[in-house]
Amino acid sequence: MSHCCQVSTDNWEDVKAKCLTALPEDIVNYIDDHKGDEHAESNLIAILHRVQRHFGYLGQEQMNAVAQLAQIPLAKVTGVATFYHLFRLQPRGKHVISVCMGTACYVKGAEKLSQRLMDELGIHYGETTKDGMFSLDNSRCLGTCGLAPVIMVDDQVYGPVTPSEITIILEKYIKQPRAAAPKAALAVQ
Amino acid sequence: MSTSVTQFFEGLQSRVLEATAARRLQEKIVIQVGSATCEHAAGSLDVMDEFVKHVKSSGRQDVVLRKTGCTGRCSKEPIVGVTVPGQLPVKYERVNRELVHKIFTSHIQDGAPVVESALDDSLSEIHKSEFVFCAGVRCGLEGENVMMHKFAQKLRDRAPHPETIKVSKVGCFGACSQEDRGKCAYILHRPSKAMYRIHSEQDLDEIIATQVLGGQLVERLLATDQLVSKDFFDMYGDVAFFNRQSRVALRNCGVVDPESLDEYVTYGGFKALGTVLTNRDPQWVINEVLKARLRGRGGGGFPTGKKWQMAFDQKETTRYLICNGDEGDPGAFMDRGMLESDPFNIVEGMIIGAYAIQAQKGFLYIRAEYPLAIKRIQNAIDLSRASGLLGQDIMASGYSFDLEIRLGAGAFVCGEETALIASIEGERGQPGLRPPYPVEKGLWGKPTCINNVETFANISAIINFGGDWFARIGTAESGGTKVFALAGRVKHTGLVEVPLGTTLKDVVFDIGGGVQDDKPLKAVQTGGPAGGFIPAKWLDMEVDFAPLAKAGSIMGSGGMIVLSEEDCIVDIAKFYLSFTTDESCGKCTPCREGTTRMQEILERITIGTAVMGDLDKLERLAQLCQQTSLCGLGRAAPNPILSSLDHFRDEYLEHIIDKRCRSKKCVALIRYVISQELCIGCTVCARNCPVECISGKRKEVHVIDQERCIKCGQCFQVCRFDAVERG
Ligand SMILES: Cc1cc2nc3c(=O)[nH]c(=O)nc-3n(C[C@H](O)[C@H](O)[C@H](O)COP(=O)(O)O)c2cc1C
Ligand code: SF4
Ligand code: SF4
Ligand code: SF4
Ligand code: FES
Repeated sequence: MSHCCQVSTDNWEDVKAKCLTALPEDIVNYIDDHKGDEHAESNLIAILHRVQRHFGYLGQEQMNAVAQLAQIPLAKVTGVATFYHLFRLQPRGKHVISVCMGTACYVKGAEKLSQRLMDELGIHYGETTKDGMFSLDNSRCLGTCGLAPVIMVDDQVYGPVTPSEITIILEKYIKQPRAAAPKAALAVQ
Repeated sequence: MSTSVTQFFEGLQSRVLEATAARRLQEKIVIQVGSATCEHAAGSLDVMDEFVKHVKSSGRQDVVLRKTGCTGRCSKEPIVGVTVPGQLPVKYERVNRELVHKIFTSHIQDGAPVVESALDDSLSEIHKSEFVFCAGVRCGLEGENVMMHKFAQKLRDRAPHPETIKVSKVGCFGACSQEDRGKCAYILHRPSKAMYRIHSEQDLDEIIATQVLGGQLVERLLATDQLVSKDFFDMYGDVAFFNRQSRVALRNCGVVDPESLDEYVTYGGFKALGTVLTNRDPQWVINEVLKARLRGRGGGGFPTGKKWQMAFDQKETTRYLICNGDEGDPGAFMDRGMLESDPFNIVEGMIIGAYAIQAQKGFLYIRAEYPLAIKRIQNAIDLSRASGLLGQDIMASGYSFDLEIRLGAGAFVCGEETALIASIEGERGQPGLRPPYPVEKGLWGKPTCINNVETFANISAIINFGGDWFARIGTAESGGTKVFALAGRVKHTGLVEVPLGTTLKDVVFDIGGGVQDDKPLKAVQTGGPAGGFIPAKWLDMEVDFAPLAKAGSIMGSGGMIVLSEEDCIVDIAKFYLSFTTDESCGKCTPCREGTTRMQEILERITIGTAVMGDLDKLERLAQLCQQTSLCGLGRAAPNPILSSLDHFRDEYLEHIIDKRCRSKKCVALIRYVISQELCIGCTVCARNCPVECISGKRKEVHVIDQERCIKCGQCFQVCRFDAVERG
């Protein structure tokens, strides 16, 4: 264990209190719980995943707090956050739409889907609609190539999708504020 | 000590057997619903929900719902299986809420299967029983299919109702025993699940006399050996897409409940681990894997046994084992399939691998885009640990090893070993220099073995059935099977597992059903962004590491994209290059700058502004990037270009010289023109053109203003008189 993991600042309680305003308690506890681990700094990516799951993106304030609490240099936190495509540094819309641009989907006409989405929403990849409803992204293969071409809205995968079905899918989310993803029903036995 | 392992395993087995017996599944009607990311996307959660409602409201106690993983028959999902005691299992395709209602009222309540919705038309004829022959490429008696035809003839001659008995064949049950090579054949009888091993025609007569006419099992001929894919074929043997396959790595996918340790054990799970820990000899494990001639399934094809030997021989005793579940090839999904549908098998394979190299700790690096795979692996880890199969003192053997999941965060380069290690360490996932190789200095500087998901999926079978058995399935160079993710313009998309050495034609045409709409095949792309194109004329090529490399492609992780005349090779090469350009980590110049420049040239070719000199430049850059990049990403990035130039240079030339794209994919090279002869002036096109660049009066010939046309193709699609020509 390297010395950077040990807490030596005497204003630690203050620092921690300030971090608590930036991060939810469960993430603070997660960082705390793992601080003593061997190779504790290797949990950084897992921590950032948690922060993003909670906020939808990685804000500057949150990254500062992670750096403080985990005692990892901010430069490294930022470096890691910017390296990986899945981490976002800007807030996103209520629903994130991701067009699969993997090979199978590309061959089956994914470009037409993305064109249609851009037309309907009036935004490009990486952007969010003015009303904050949708963000548009593209991704590399969602692993459901057999259904190509596919799009994913939040955690729900749709496929195969035709350009005209895009309107229907979008409407579902516009109509119901919290889109009804099918409920997971578990086996009776 | 070893007796305690045996005791432990027997204890586990008897507990599971008891629990399984208590469910009394064989007396009940079992409905199984596929559950995996793809199945869910197709609506299988709704299907499950609807079945739950139906079972509840019917009040029937003899109907059981089961969740299974995914078989890999993607384009037909959601798939539902219904097994009525004493009858052949029926599988349904594309099930939705209405079909659930039909299945429930007709099949479950009234005993009449819904014939028209059976998977791949498997109920086109209804049979009471079936004899499934091993196609016998390797172990068959008297060569392929001879026994099967003899048997069918005997049935016709002697059985009172031969039309109720089906005779069919499957790729391979995985028996392939050396001593009996060519001297015996295996026959599975459904629904009794009896597996016969016959040596002569007299044996066939006896089966007819005793089983067909007498209704009794022929005890004398029952095979004593466990066959690797018997359970799979018992469920799916009548489906054309599956019965040409050999299922080893995928044997449990679509058969077991991926969230149940008990089911995994029922289907032979953890037996291999028990054997390994009883033997107490890591070298024995390594030797079996060496004998199996198992080559890594992650792309490089390095012999797994050799890698394990190198790690085992290190002086340093702190060692790590990593499972590479990054699955970055955009078009491959077999690793997800295995992680989601048979997670315990991956965990068992890893524990055995860890024992072989004497590692104390292991990591499963899974891409964050696979939430269900992560959940199911975590569940498998937790349940295995709770049952003493993972963690401290595994199976009371004294050996301890634990597993942890680490998530990727969307960087393709993290599939590369050194980058993956950096990522697990919590760093930016940039590759490092090799040597030293990870087996010497890997994670935190300690010896580390990295293997692919599918590599681990084969391990338990190798231990259970022996390295020699595994080696016999494949070719002289590489043992076993390979799973391919068949996608693109093929009729049947999905996961296909075939022995190495199977021809491309068998995969694409016999299993995949050929090209969609029966268009001509252009090429098969293998290996994803690091691979190349195999032209249609090379369809007879055997799929194995060496022949693929010779053709300028690679095996890669097993993505197989079928391309037809509708696809433009230059466009696809550009697609792959834009992928690698995006994913280049930027650490070294040939890759960072080279991929960008090559992409610019390809862009020029596809919009018609390239000159002949560009082609030379492209080739030189490609070779430079191949030879001087630091890691595999940059070194393989030019492969799609070089291989397409090799096989399809004329298409490049057409783009550059004639400014023509024969597949009409490269939008900038297309022109839409309205034919003077055919246009009747219906105005439909003019009303549909988004930029209003079509003019003409009603009942007069219309004209397109080429300057303003954005080539959206709308007019081409809406004209009902074929008057709009695309050239
Ligand atoms: C850019 C790049 C990406 C890779 N991606 C993967 C991957 O997604 N999955 C994988 O198993 N191997 C991948 N590999 C290969 C691994 O580096 C490594 O060879 C493999 O995991 C070793 O396992 P095996 O011996 O079982 O094949 C990749 C290699 C490179 C250069
Ligand atoms: S070859 Fe490309 S991905 Fe690999 S280290 Fe160099 S820049 Fe990074
Ligand atoms: S739709 Fe066809 S027939 Fe009608 S005006 Fe256009 S080109 Fe002519
Ligand atoms: S291709 Fe599109 S833009 Fe061009 S004329 Fe036809 S409809 Fe109009
Ligand atoms: S290419 Fe789109 S899901 Fe794989």
